[in-house]
Amino acid sequence: MRKRLRKIIISAIIFLIAGLIEKINFANQDENVLHIVQIILYIISYLIVGFEVVKKAIINISHGEFFDENFLMSIATIGAFAIQEYPEAVAVMLFYQLGEYFQSYAVKKSRKSIASLMDIRPDYANLKIDDRIEKVSPEQIKIGNIIVVKPGEKIPLDGIVLKGISMLDTSALTGESVPREVKTNDKILSGCINLNGILEIKVEKEYGESTVSKILDLVENATNKKAKTENFITKFSKYYTPIVVVLALIIAFIPPIVTRTNMLDWIYRALTFLVVSCPCALVISVPLSFFSGIGAASKKGILVKGSNYLELLAKTEIVVFDKTGTLTKGVFEVQKIENKEHIDKKELLELVAYCESYSNHPISISIQKAYGEEIDKKRIIDSKEISGKGIISKIDNKEIACGNIKLMNELNITNIDQIDDIGTCVYVAIDKKYVGYILISDKIKDDSNEAITKLKQAGVKRTVMLTGDNKNVSEKVNKKLGLDEVYSELLPIDKVNKLEEILKSKDDDAKLAFVGDGINDAPVLARADIGIAMGGLGSDAAIEAADIVIMTDEPSKIATAIKISRKTLKIVYQNISFALIVKIGVLLLSAFGLASMWAAVFADVGVTVLAILNSFRALR
Amino acid sequence: MKKKYILEDLDCANCAVKIEEAIKKVEGVKECSVSFITEKMVVELDDNNEKKIEKKIKKVIKKIEPDTTLKAI
Repeated sequence: MRKRLRKIIISAIIFLIAGLIEKINFANQDENVLHIVQIILYIISYLIVGFEVVKKAIINISHGEFFDENFLMSIATIGAFAIQEYPEAVAVMLFYQLGEYFQSYAVKKSRKSIASLMDIRPDYANLKIDDRIEKVSPEQIKIGNIIVVKPGEKIPLDGIVLKGISMLDTSALTGESVPREVKTNDKILSGCINLNGILEIKVEKEYGESTVSKILDLVENATNKKAKTENFITKFSKYYTPIVVVLALIIAFIPPIVTRTNMLDWIYRALTFLVVSCPCALVISVPLSFFSGIGAASKKGILVKGSNYLELLAKTEIVVFDKTGTLTKGVFEVQKIENKEHIDKKELLELVAYCESYSNHPISISIQKAYGEEIDKKRIIDSKEISGKGIISKIDNKEIACGNIKLMNELNITNIDQIDDIGTCVYVAIDKKYVGYILISDKIKDDSNEAITKLKQAGVKRTVMLTGDNKNVSEKVNKKLGLDEVYSELLPIDKVNKLEEILKSKDDDAKLAFVGDGINDAPVLARADIGIAMGGLGSDAAIEAADIVIMTDEPSKIATAIKISRKTLKIVYQNISFALIVKIGVLLLSAFGLASMWAAVFADVGVTVLAILNSFRALR
Repeated sequence: MKKKYILEDLDCANCAVKIEEAIKKVEGVKECSVSFITEKMVVELDDNNEKKIEKKIKKVIKKIEPDTTLKAI
């Protein structure tokens, strides 16, 4: 880099001296001698800055590679020398090299800023051997090893906390800025930063299988799946350069022969033509924009597995959601406790927790969790489960019955509350007297509502919910969320069929995204144009199956992802159209002799640098 | 098998495209993808003759971009 810049500067100085000699002529030299000195200086200046280019062009031709930028520049400048436009020849080469310099500077800079965006790679791990601590590379750690992470260090491998309490900065993985607390027995993911406490961690996954290396792998290889636009540009540049060269030949020779005008004039125009013809601006800026877009998304906790998915995402018009685990939390929680006058809420919960303490049913588990205290088994004298109905237990000489409406009817219990909330209701009776109920349900995620609204704002035309849950529950959920369509009571295979139906009914250009939790939605994720998995944090299945992984559990990130993709695509199109318009404009002008080589150099190099700078915007 | 390389001093985007196209044509290479931005290349090789294919790949790169060097990771 340095050497290149020095060459450019020296060459530029000689170029200026050559230009000034003519003006000053302080020694009152003979005109002819002066002219020869001037030419020699121009040639020296040219060789310093352009020798590499000409050399490369010759080497490439010997490999049968014509039509690359080196060739174009060499022909154009040597041609200019031949028609005695010496300053032009040197200046074009000089500006070309200066442009190349800026270009590689800009590329280096963007490589760096993208790399720092993904700076989650741990450099070392503190392995604990007996009482000693040894710094080793994360790859050397095996499952079952114990590592120590001090404040400020990155968690190098996935594992479980053996000792210590600390706050974790998970923002590199999730984009979430609020630190998360971890304590003994909590699972911990690599890529987080330990903020304050010292943690002792038992390693559960080797480095290659740990979250951090999976994510790095994914993001770094994302550009290997190229977008249609990218492939188009590659193909385009294959045809574009030869066409321009042929046109240049036509301009150089046909008009002067037909119109009998000055040949040199037309050759100059043809050479100008050649200078503009390099497709660099497109070839660099398009993939760079996509990569910046992917980087920006990963900063927000959205992993995009390829440029092609980013491109598809921008065209999304239908978003299909799975319900459980995607729009709802997928965990049953006690939502409401309703008590009659002679018992308080806490007492009611305690009795139900005791009554159901022998059951493993998800409902019983969520009740135990809500109660949160140790069960004193001595108090339970008898307990029997009535399948499909509930449980009757004897506790402290009281007979407790908890279960559904069927159980209450069987026991002839009356005055039962009518409920139309979403969820499963556990009715409770003490000694055959109704005392209240506990409502348990899956909770809608905090941002689900916002997610749907934002998608609408982002221009998504259809939102659909597919769920295996019953009609009543799903419709009630949808009342709160407001999706356009709901299809309930679907088996996994029905989900695929329904998705096929929706896919058939849409336009080809409109893309469909399916959002699931990645665990049992694999076939649907694969069938959709874009498969988006939620809550990928720590779940390998989700990372494997989906095209886009949302690391946080938030469905509202889908709208964010669509916005990023649209912005990226907009920048890509801006760059393409800007480059093409300027180039075609200069091509036309130069064909009519209205544009000098200077304008041509700007059209080539200037546009490239501007396009690169523009693609930076996708990072933000 | 899949192998990953770093292409050091990969300076022009056009060359990245050319390298990718040329390596795809090398015998024993099933798939090749060059990312100009990350300076990385992923190739899928036939399982035998890995060393030989790698040599050929190096040659191809030297031909297209003499300044670029291949490093395995």
